[in-house]
Amino acid sequence: MSFGSILLMMFSAILVENFIFAKFYGCCPFLGVSEHPDTALGMGMAVTFVMTVSGGVTWAVYEFLLVPAKLEYLKTVAFILVIAALVQFIEMFLRRFIPTLYQALGIYLPLITTNCAVLSAALLTVQNGYSFIEAICFGLASALGFTLAITVFAGVRSRMAHANPPEAFKGFPLTLIAAGLLAMAFSCFSGIQF
Amino acid sequence: MKGFLKQLKEGILDNNPVLVQLLGMCPTLATTTLVENAFGMGLAATAVLICSNLFISLLRKFIPSQVRIAAYIVIISGFVTAVELLMRAYFYSLYQALGLFIPLIVVNCIILARAEAYASKNKPLPSVIDGVAMGLGFTFALVLIASVREILGSGTWLGFQVLPDAYPKMTFFVLPAGAFITLGFIIAAVQKIRNGAAERARLRELASLRAEFLAQKNEKAEEKEEMTV
Repeated sequence: MSFGSILLMMFSAILVENFIFAKFYGCCPFLGVSEHPDTALGMGMAVTFVMTVSGGVTWAVYEFLLVPAKLEYLKTVAFILVIAALVQFIEMFLRRFIPTLYQALGIYLPLITTNCAVLSAALLTVQNGYSFIEAICFGLASALGFTLAITVFAGVRSRMAHANPPEAFKGFPLTLIAAGLLAMAFSCFSGIQF
Repeated sequence: MKGFLKQLKEGILDNNPVLVQLLGMCPTLATTTLVENAFGMGLAATAVLICSNLFISLLRKFIPSQVRIAAYIVIISGFVTAVELLMRAYFYSLYQALGLFIPLIVVNCIILARAEAYASKNKPLPSVIDGVAMGLGFTFALVLIASVREILGSGTWLGFQVLPDAYPKMTFFVLPAGAFITLGFIIAAVQKIRNGAAERARLRELASLRAEFLAQKNEKAEEKEEMTV
């Protein structure tokens, strides 16, 4: 795959096939951790970090462990274990060597194990038969799409905090409707064909 | 038997995992374009939930608490793989329609939440019943949302024509944006009903307090009368 087609793939993963607004991968943190732009950006950065690393690691586990042993059907079990271990390892590594980054991302890291965006990026990589470089780029691009979505949405929600909706819509329903309006805006990208 | 019914009602209505506890949003939003997919997703998750609840409950005394989440995830992902392979063998079209959301049952928060909050503290039989109740609650919520989206978006329900052909199909409800907005309105309706119920309960409590207060007042007045007499 040439450089140009990798760029196209990344562009498509960020906007057209956005993980939140087109595919619904990672909606729990998207709806849960988006009250303030700062925390949303922190979560987005932590996800980006983990997804880029896990893109490469799960690719290697699949190609060098599962395929030679003919255990491809165990990929879900293997990937979730690799991701859980990786998150734990990244947490320890950051605490030991890059404390400033750990302070910024630390509280979000444990939440990422059960973020379905990370697992689905790993499974999609296998499904689409990406190479190592493509796997890393795909993880990075999908995570950037997630970060873009959650940060923009946090901006919308921080404005919405002062609104006075009907009693029944207070809280979660209003959040969902705002997300729906944002999804409508993102759906205009789906007209772009490559 | 009575306890079973109570648990069932708790899971489907009072404490519905999607509509009240607001868990498991990814499959709820993604697989509700058609009622058929919603049924399939709900029943697949129910099967995993029953098995994982049973095994976690049986192993609850052997799993060290420090590594319990990792142990739960391994148990759950084992059952998810089994369900995935079974669906690929017997329900291939459904397997293709649900796509990645079958393996993603592993990270469905409902299953992990029930493991942590219920199965790890209770005996096997109640845990299985809890799995049935919560799974049916999840299926019920998915089918409810999918009914709205399929009828308005495609004019059909479970594949049967419901709305006349002349009625315009609102494709919006099939798109991702429609998923968010439909779910928003349904949860608003649930909140409205719950607010109403809470308000009625509060009024009942106030009325009973008032009755008690009046009764006490009457008693005191009678006592006073007796004293003066």
